[in-house]
Amino acid sequence: MTIQNKPAANKNLNSIRKTIANHKRYDFIFASLGTLVIASLTITLLILFLDLVIDGYPRFNLDFFSNFPSRRAARAGILSAWIGSSLVLLVTFIVAVPLGITSGVYLEEYAKKNWFSDLIEINVSNLAGVPSIIYGLLALGLFVYSFGLGQSILTAGLTLALLMLPIVIVSTREAIRAIPVHIREAAYAVGATKWQVCHNHVIPYSYGGILTGVIIGMARAIGETAPIITIGALTFIAFLPPSPIGLEPPFLNFEWLDSGFTVLPIQMFNWISRPQHAFHVNAAATGAVIIMLTLLMNGFAIKLRYNIRKKIKW
Amino acid sequence: MVKKITTNKISHDEIIKAESKNLNFFYADGTQALNNVSLPVYENKITALIGPSGCGKSTFLRCFNRMHDLYPGNRYDGQIILQPDNTNILSDGVDPIEVRMRISMVFQKPNPFPKSIYENVAYGLRVRGESNKRSLDEKVEEALKGASLWNEVKDRLQDLAFNLSGGQQQRLCIARALATEPEIMLFDEPTSALDPIATMNIEELMSELKQKLSILIVTHNMQQAARISDYTAYMYLGKLVEFDATNQIFTNPSKKETEDYITGKFG
Ligand SMILES: Nc1ncnc2c1ncn2[C@@H]1O[C@H](COP(=O)(O)OP(=O)(O)OP(=O)(O)O)[C@@H](O)[C@H]1O
Ligand SMILES: [Mg+2]
Repeated sequence: MTIQNKPAANKNLNSIRKTIANHKRYDFIFASLGTLVIASLTITLLILFLDLVIDGYPRFNLDFFSNFPSRRAARAGILSAWIGSSLVLLVTFIVAVPLGITSGVYLEEYAKKNWFSDLIEINVSNLAGVPSIIYGLLALGLFVYSFGLGQSILTAGLTLALLMLPIVIVSTREAIRAIPVHIREAAYAVGATKWQVCHNHVIPYSYGGILTGVIIGMARAIGETAPIITIGALTFIAFLPPSPIGLEPPFLNFEWLDSGFTVLPIQMFNWISRPQHAFHVNAAATGAVIIMLTLLMNGFAIKLRYNIRKKIKW
Repeated sequence: MVKKITTNKISHDEIIKAESKNLNFFYADGTQALNNVSLPVYENKITALIGPSGCGKSTFLRCFNRMHDLYPGNRYDGQIILQPDNTNILSDGVDPIEVRMRISMVFQKPNPFPKSIYENVAYGLRVRGESNKRSLDEKVEEALKGASLWNEVKDRLQDLAFNLSGGQQQRLCIARALATEPEIMLFDEPTSALDPIATMNIEELMSELKQKLSILIVTHNMQQAARISDYTAYMYLGKLVEFDATNQIFTNPSKKETEDYITGKFG
């Protein structure tokens, strides 16, 4: 019989188990704290959102989206605001995304690493944290007065693009850095040039990360109010910019870039500052629309990123 | 290199494909990783580099396709002369990309691109401007056959490469390196991440490949060096200690250090 050995082994085993249990306490504490924090954040957001939805509920109908603002709250809608927001974001997207990706790729792959590139690096990272009103002031001086672009959609789009640029650059660089060295070396080893490596490998493999940056940037841009007010966006607009797409050749026109505009958060701000309760309902409904747009964009991004990442593994 | 003619297997009609001459190499931090290494690579032969970890085998190998140029501050000193055109591939006037088009490399860890099997093999050709579908198809097939992977993947060329097993991935990387018809292929411990069967497959493959090209291989596995190589170089601390025909090195090395390493007394 080997029973004699057992008590000793058991004792040993017991002490091992005790140690493990002890150590696992930290897992438990951390996990609980984390759950608590996440839960309280999510619940707060949910309550805010629900509050907006409940307040704004009476206005959720097609008229709200197809009416111009009006002095009569019940007839006022967000047509000019959502079209303004869309056009401004279009400009922002078209400017910030290619510029941001190119800058990120340049800084990561081409720029020589020296004190100057370090300086740029520090600057770009800090720019992402600059208060947006500063961008508004910069834009007012640069785009509105120096370039004479006026208080137009173009100016607003460029301003938000400035705001979004550092976010896209930083996320592009992060994504590029996540590409393993051995994949990069594999590409160079078959005789690819730097451009071929960037074009065929580095950029496509970074799409997931770049996309995240783009969406975060867009989500930030869509809610930005301060810089848009600073450059002097109108708060009451009862007309639409000229359509970007025409029925006759050349089918595209760019007059809309020069048009006055308003955007969703400004429309909301405008209504909330009225004394009548009926306008507050409009404001709440607009807030809910903004949040839903943001969630929609994020959801879309997550899905897209998931699809991209599924195809990339190293 | 002094050759002892009596027991020596280096016959005099070997053709030199490439030869490093007094090669020194310095990493950006100042580390001298190679010290005056002079070593020939013979045509249609397999030359194995052995030596303890950190002795500079990978560093030496990566000089042959100018891989060190990818990182700023690295410095070569000396020559690697590539035949038949007698080009010093380390000279500033020679474009590293040109060198990599003639000398291809297979890495320690299989490193397929996150693309389809087909695109992985075709990439080297695409980089060279080949875009004719028919000719690409042919060359991809030929390379996959050359890497004895064709039968396993011919029905799923559009599948993503990382869905292959480790051994298959490594053969895919060999196919990728092979597709561009290199003059020399460099292997850096190509089987160290593979099981014995996959290793055997790749060893057989290399013995076939040497009919067409010259091979320089780094290996930690002494039996592997003995099994497949024609010539063996033993390196230690960045220096070449001994170079000779493989069976000479393994049965009757002329240096005491080599013998100690091979018999496992050291290393
Ligand atoms: N990027 C680098 N910067 C500085 N020193 C390096 C670098 N890479 C390698 N070294 C040094 O150069 C020497 C040779 O390294 P190398 O990788 O060539 O060794 P190795 O013979 O291939 O070793 P192993 O068998 O472990 O792969 C080592 O001392 C190593 O520390
Ligand atoms: Mg090595």
